[in-house]
Amino acid sequence: MPSLIDRMLGRTSKTGTGSKAKERLQFILIHDRINLPPERLEAMKAEILQVISKYVSVDSSNVDIALQNRERTPAIVAEIPFNKTVEGDDPDEDEPPKPPKSPLKDAEKKP
Amino acid sequence: MGVNGGAAGTRPQPPKKSATGAKVVTVTSGKGGVGKTTTAANIGVALARLDQRVVLIDADIGLRNLDIIMGLENRIVYDLVDVVEGRCKLRQAMIKHKQLPELYLIPAAQTRDKTAVSPADMVKIADQLRPEFDFILIDCPAGIERGFRNAVAPADEVLIVTNPEVSAVRDADRIIGLLEAEGKNAPHLILNRVKTEMIRKGEMLSPEDVTDILAIKLIGIVPEDESVVSASNSGTPLAFLDGSRAGTAYRNIALRLMGENVPFMQLEDNSGFLKRIQRLFGGQNG
Ligand SMILES: Nc1ncnc2c1ncn2[C@@H]1O[C@H](COP(=O)(O)OP(=O)(O)O)[C@@H](O)[C@H]1O
Ligand SMILES: [Mg+2]
Repeated sequence: MPSLIDRMLGRTSKTGTGSKAKERLQFILIHDRINLPPERLEAMKAEILQVISKYVSVDSSNVDIALQNRERTPAIVAEIPFNKTVEGDDPDEDEPPKPPKSPLKDAEKKP
Repeated sequence: MGVNGGAAGTRPQPPKKSATGAKVVTVTSGKGGVGKTTTAANIGVALARLDQRVVLIDADIGLRNLDIIMGLENRIVYDLVDVVEGRCKLRQAMIKHKQLPELYLIPAAQTRDKTAVSPADMVKIADQLRPEFDFILIDCPAGIERGFRNAVAPADEVLIVTNPEVSAVRDADRIIGLLEAEGKNAPHLILNRVKTEMIRKGEMLSPEDVTDILAIKLIGIVPEDESVVSASNSGTPLAFLDGSRAGTAYRNIALRLMGENVPFMQLEDNSGFLKRIQRLFGGQNG
């Protein structure tokens, strides 16, 4: 959808080098602002996923972890969907995580 | 705040002279060659033509050129470093403009060591000048080194000049980050050398694109204008003359610095761009 100014200027496509410049700048500046080059960011994302996968089974094909600028404040925003687990399914076959014993849960089971 | 129209020639209400002392405005950019010196000279002239008492300070030690753009290069006796090192009184380094008796220039030293001036020196000089002026305009050197620190140290307001180009916008972002880290007031943006025809074709970043990316408020859009160069050639900044598009843009920036809510001007007459741009930015007090 063309932006307001695009429509005002009769600019209908987003194919000019102007919008390319904007896209590239947004990418460059996000890394400039947090002083983290793209490859370090990728490493961080992988590590975040690794940690989460220790506890739940992640639907890795639909993971979206990205940096965002809210005004001038950068933030990392992650959408990490879990795999639906059928009742009794083990979420991770290779290394089943040992869920910490929850006293509350134990208490619920007692009666 | 009364809006008095952005068109050239309209005068606002009698300008209020500052009773509380000058506002210190620093013009900076990060990248060189984007138009800082040209912008500082023209805003200085525009403010003086609006009856403001203005002193321009060239903080680009070792690479002075504000004097040439202002046509005052033959009248330099003392410079900023002479003041700092006590070889002359502040008054003696101030060159009075002939046509605009309320406009002064303190030139940079041409040959001396860049570290001859410190941020504390700049604060001291600005404080000495404050009671006698409405505006102290500082032309900042390129880069983020000592000269930049000097120029922003006394600033009440920082104006960031950039061009609608990737490298200039990236450097502007770096400067904005540095100012944020120092706890300075949020700077304002001047987008210089805008070519409306290229924006229309989608081949140039628009003012909206750049403010989106940098997330700071716009205080001026200056079109690419050949007469900027010819004016600089002759040492008579464009803001001396009425009628040019860039000259009007500088005058509007001056008015906005004085607190007027001037709508953003038309970049091109026949496109209807005026009303549209006004609608976009009109409510915003620069
Ligand atoms: N709006 C403009 N239209 C056309 N040329 C411009 C404009 N603004 C600046 N220039 C030209 O750009 C060059 C660099 O400007 P200058 O003010 O010296 O930049 P800086 O001080 O940032 O290094 C000069 O040749 C100047 O005449
Ligand atoms: Mg310069």
